[in-house]
Amino acid sequence: MRFIRCFEETLLSLFDEGVLNGTTHCCIGQEADAVAVMEHLREDDHVFSNHRCHGHFLARTGDAVGLLAEIMGKPEGVCFGTGGSQHLCAPGFKSNGVQGGIVPAAAGIAMANQLSGSDAVSLVFIGEGTLGEGAVYETLNIAALWSLPLVVVLEDNGWSQSTPSSVNLAGDIVPRFEAFGIPTREVVSTDVQEIHAAAGEVIGAARATGSPRVLVIRTYRLCHHSKNDDNRPEAEVAARWVTEPLRIHGERLTVAERDDIDGDVRAAIDEVVTHVRQL
Amino acid sequence: MIYARALGAGLERALETDERVVVIGEDIADPYGGAFKVTRGLTTRFPERVRSTPISEGAIAGISAGLALAGYRPIAEIMFGDFVTLAFDQIVNHISKYEAMYDGTVSCPVVIRTPSGGGRAYGPTHSQSLEKHMFGVPHLRVVAGSLLHDPELVLRHLLAHTYPAIHVEHKLLYPLHMIEPERGLDGDLTVTRVASSEDRLPTAVLRAVPREDCSVTVLAYGYQAELARRVVERLAVEEEVFAELLVPAEISPLDWEVIEHSVAVTGSLLTVEEGTAGWSWGTEIAAHVGRELFGRLRRPVEVLASAADVIPSAREREAEMLVGEDAIMRAVRECAG
Repeated sequence: MRFIRCFEETLLSLFDEGVLNGTTHCCIGQEADAVAVMEHLREDDHVFSNHRCHGHFLARTGDAVGLLAEIMGKPEGVCFGTGGSQHLCAPGFKSNGVQGGIVPAAAGIAMANQLSGSDAVSLVFIGEGTLGEGAVYETLNIAALWSLPLVVVLEDNGWSQSTPSSVNLAGDIVPRFEAFGIPTREVVSTDVQEIHAAAGEVIGAARATGSPRVLVIRTYRLCHHSKNDDNRPEAEVAARWVTEPLRIHGERLTVAERDDIDGDVRAAIDEVVTHVRQL
Repeated sequence: MIYARALGAGLERALETDERVVVIGEDIADPYGGAFKVTRGLTTRFPERVRSTPISEGAIAGISAGLALAGYRPIAEIMFGDFVTLAFDQIVNHISKYEAMYDGTVSCPVVIRTPSGGGRAYGPTHSQSLEKHMFGVPHLRVVAGSLLHDPELVLRHLLAHTYPAIHVEHKLLYPLHMIEPERGLDGDLTVTRVASSEDRLPTAVLRAVPREDCSVTVLAYGYQAELARRVVERLAVEEEVFAELLVPAEISPLDWEVIEHSVAVTGSLLTVEEGTAGWSWGTEIAAHVGRELFGRLRRPVEVLASAADVIPSAREREAEMLVGEDAIMRAVRECAG
């Protein structure tokens, strides 16, 4: 979590420095979701992620050099600089920047697992804003009908770009999935241990039954949507810094342990940046 | 054998010979066997790998994308070509992009088959030829079924490659018999097949006399190619107006070399398509051929397309609007002059 946070903070400063391309969507405040989920995945499982994919990518692959080089548009990037921030590919991992469309692709990978008799799962991260896309419901319907080993992890960070979810979402989230008969687990937390336990149950159940499952994580994005586009009430954001995942989990560690982790992460990120700058 | 059966046999053969092949689409299961009966019998023989889906074109295309990314060879059916709009995000932003945007580390060889075109009085949203909206999408090939290209060979070719493809099938082809030339002859026309490389599907070349004696090249695909074949044969026999007909299977991107070789000799080109006029297959070809063969053309490239309008359900009005045999006949005569 500390590594993802530090990586993205570094990205933002590199943006200010003018050495990055295009745009970027940071997951500051949501790192616990990525880390908690990936702990339960095997090498033959597959993750599909969205525009806010750095945390997922790093937790899945650990390839910070490949990611930074990609975002810097260098040929050493994981997609040769073609993909940029939101179109990443690595073994067992892909991301694409169009909302909703990755969900059927993840279901297709789940169907491939089913056809080949594997108990691997296909997991896809979406946000609450993606629930506006019809492709999601088309896919939930088929995933339930065909009993596909698909895990949908919905990170509800309360804001769809600049629009509060109360303006974008009618009714509630969980019953939308339950309407398709898909068991859905909700966790209102930024505590990595709590999310870890819930993710373990959800992924384990999908694997054991070979059928779809949904994990809804109520979280919060502490940074802007992409860059310099945050109009949310300052008091609301400030209140969420109190319950952010690093702070919650940090309280389980001693000061010395925290300092060690911070120092190690800082040194590692500095090394990554120095290396990638020279490419 | 009629086209629908030949295509169904091609799909059956693909399922038999390649365990990675998966066929999905709406209402394709037995006993119905698909809106145009192309898939009849397949779910009975291959219940695991042939599946009827809900009415969800976006998910059909998207699930196909995931299957392809995972190493399978999905062949999806979109029941009417008009509905391909519902899968457009998948085609443009996902299926055709994955290989290039992930720098070749994956491929996404999805084949989407879709019955297209008018002539059955199905009206504005069940009669269109929307393939022009997919021409020129980078890394996507658009292939048109015809009576001159054995669908089994076309499918085998697609399965031997890893690019995604849209396979448009004009509905009026389904009940027609495949053209199987005897000793290279179909009636009064010789039939040959040429391709500039093994990577390309062949273009069928039909003519009554040697190329040097043809005064126009006619380029057409799908059902329009069948209409053009009848016209070319009739004009040769009845009026001694000689045209060379080129029928490509791959209609985007085109095998330009084959077209240029013909037009460089005949000095005149007519393109024929059933899609609506403007920003079309023919206008792109006219731009290319006009640029490449400027000094060899006797006259501007003629583009024959249907009226840029909604396709009416009323039979006579539909026939007036869509390119038909009479319009092709007039255009060939004019372009041969």
